[in-house]
Amino acid sequence: MRPFRASGGRRLTLGSESSDGTMDASARLARLDHMSAPAIRVTDLHKHYGDLHAVDGLDLEIPRGEVFALLGPNGAGKSTTVEILEGFRKRTSGEVEVLGADPQSASKQWRHRVGVMLQGTSERGLLTARESLQYAARLYPNALDVDEMLAAVGLTEKAGAKPATLSGGQRRRLDVALALIGRPELVFLDEPTTGFDPEARRQFWGLIESVREDGTTVVLTTHYLDEADHLADRIGIIASGRLVALDTPEGLRSRASDAQISWVEDGAHRVEHTATASAFLRDLLSRTPGEIEALEVRHPSLEDVYLQLIGDTQRAASADPDETEEATS
Amino acid sequence: MTATTASSTPTWMSMTRARLSVELKEFFRSREQMVFIFFFPMMLLLLFGSVFGGEEIAPGVTFAQYFLAGMVASGILNTGFQSLAMTISIDRDEDVLKRIHGTPLPATSYFAAKVAQVLLVSAVQVSLLIAMGVVLYDVTLPTDAGHWWTFAWVFLLGTAAATTLGIAMSTLLRNAKSGSAVITPIVLFLQFTSGVFLVYTEIPTFLQHVAEIFPLKWLAQGMRSVFLPEDFAAVEARGSWELTTGAIVLAAWVIIGLVLAVRTFRWTRHDDN
Repeated sequence: MRPFRASGGRRLTLGSESSDGTMDASARLARLDHMSAPAIRVTDLHKHYGDLHAVDGLDLEIPRGEVFALLGPNGAGKSTTVEILEGFRKRTSGEVEVLGADPQSASKQWRHRVGVMLQGTSERGLLTARESLQYAARLYPNALDVDEMLAAVGLTEKAGAKPATLSGGQRRRLDVALALIGRPELVFLDEPTTGFDPEARRQFWGLIESVREDGTTVVLTTHYLDEADHLADRIGIIASGRLVALDTPEGLRSRASDAQISWVEDGAHRVEHTATASAFLRDLLSRTPGEIEALEVRHPSLEDVYLQLIGDTQRAASADPDETEEATS
Repeated sequence: MTATTASSTPTWMSMTRARLSVELKEFFRSREQMVFIFFFPMMLLLLFGSVFGGEEIAPGVTFAQYFLAGMVASGILNTGFQSLAMTISIDRDEDVLKRIHGTPLPATSYFAAKVAQVLLVSAVQVSLLIAMGVVLYDVTLPTDAGHWWTFAWVFLLGTAAATTLGIAMSTLLRNAKSGSAVITPIVLFLQFTSGVFLVYTEIPTFLQHVAEIFPLKWLAQGMRSVFLPEDFAAVEARGSWELTTGAIVLAAWVIIGLVLAVRTFRWTRHDDN
């Protein structure tokens, strides 16, 4: 398999640069103008399906150029939120601004600036990878070169293949290419690496990093915490239709600074969570003569923090009789 | 990246052309479509033509000739209505429409490309059927402009009605799996009552009246006025080709189809809102 990034560190240039490297004056002005406002601004977003509150008062602001990862269990309102931002679903209430416009009334000009990669993929298509990209390129004012795009996602050798003869991972890479061909300022990637082997995921991360270097805002949803940790500037965790955490990966990790100390005492398994692990251990050691059975000190991973946040929300939800139902995605 | 295309906003025409070329590639690469649209009507024409073809239903007019006009009419219905409703509904179920909606392609470009695809495919299909009629069943082609003008407007109005109704129908089918079970009986009923498989004047009067509501009857009668001798008009249900009424009914269906298509169309699945 070819790497996503062409050899020699060639970058995928997604900005409005023309072939001689100079930026069109009006494009530069437009871009500067856009730079000041956030890419996405969501205030008190609600989406109800009857009694079901799939999104229940969500606030979010994503600045330009950020790689933002939205995490959450299935049915938490993740996909519903993203599809409202993409202009596919209508909201029940709340304010939504994406690249300065309401996606619900998306114009053609707005679509020029937004790339969308949907969840899942279809193998029924009858166009080859190159034909799909050539068609898509004809819809945008300043599209990338099709062959370079194919090379960037490692599909040069599969350019003449139809979806049915591509692997799941290759189809997903074609979907990424289709989302990026129009040089979007903002790109949505909905579970982009589901079904990838670890190698393909690493390569995909390289591609997203090169997209980030060009100042493109990336909003991705994922189930993989290591993916969010590796790629995202900030992570939002959504549960029961609300944002329960919004922080950098480091910030999230530091939330659960408590270490977990476990040991066996008088035949019983004991667990202690503490922010001052050393002090606790000193005390434990001094009051216990001889060997301490099964002593273990563990520091929480991002996954622990995530599971704890989700667990807290679900416990709170099940304690609240009004919110027993989980949202469908 | 080095080479980039010139920075200019694509026009409506260039996007529609791009979409049309995709639609045509997909059509001609789909074995099911090719069989259903081209092979199936030709097979029916051959089958009915060889079984009942020799029977004269009026002096100088064989059933095969009558049937040819009917097959041309129902071919238009198959391509514009049945096949279009099915393919759009499958595209909606598989999120193909949603993907299209995520690009700058205007809805009007999408529809224009669909209509153009249906027109081109129908033109090929109808030409094949007419050629078979001429070679196998002694159908004589009109030589005057008047009959060809009738052919042109019946073909265009019929295609427009079938296409807009097909797009509307694609939304009414709640999912593609049940599509064929819903559409096939409708089309078969119309084919039996509108003068395609059976001679229109030989079916019970009340069925004739039911068929008169729908476009296929008028499409078939319009095509008969083009391909059958002028004096056959006397044995039609009301003793004439009724071209004016036909034009009015077809135009009314175009408007109904257009309103339904525009008001009901959706890019996403029914369970996806």
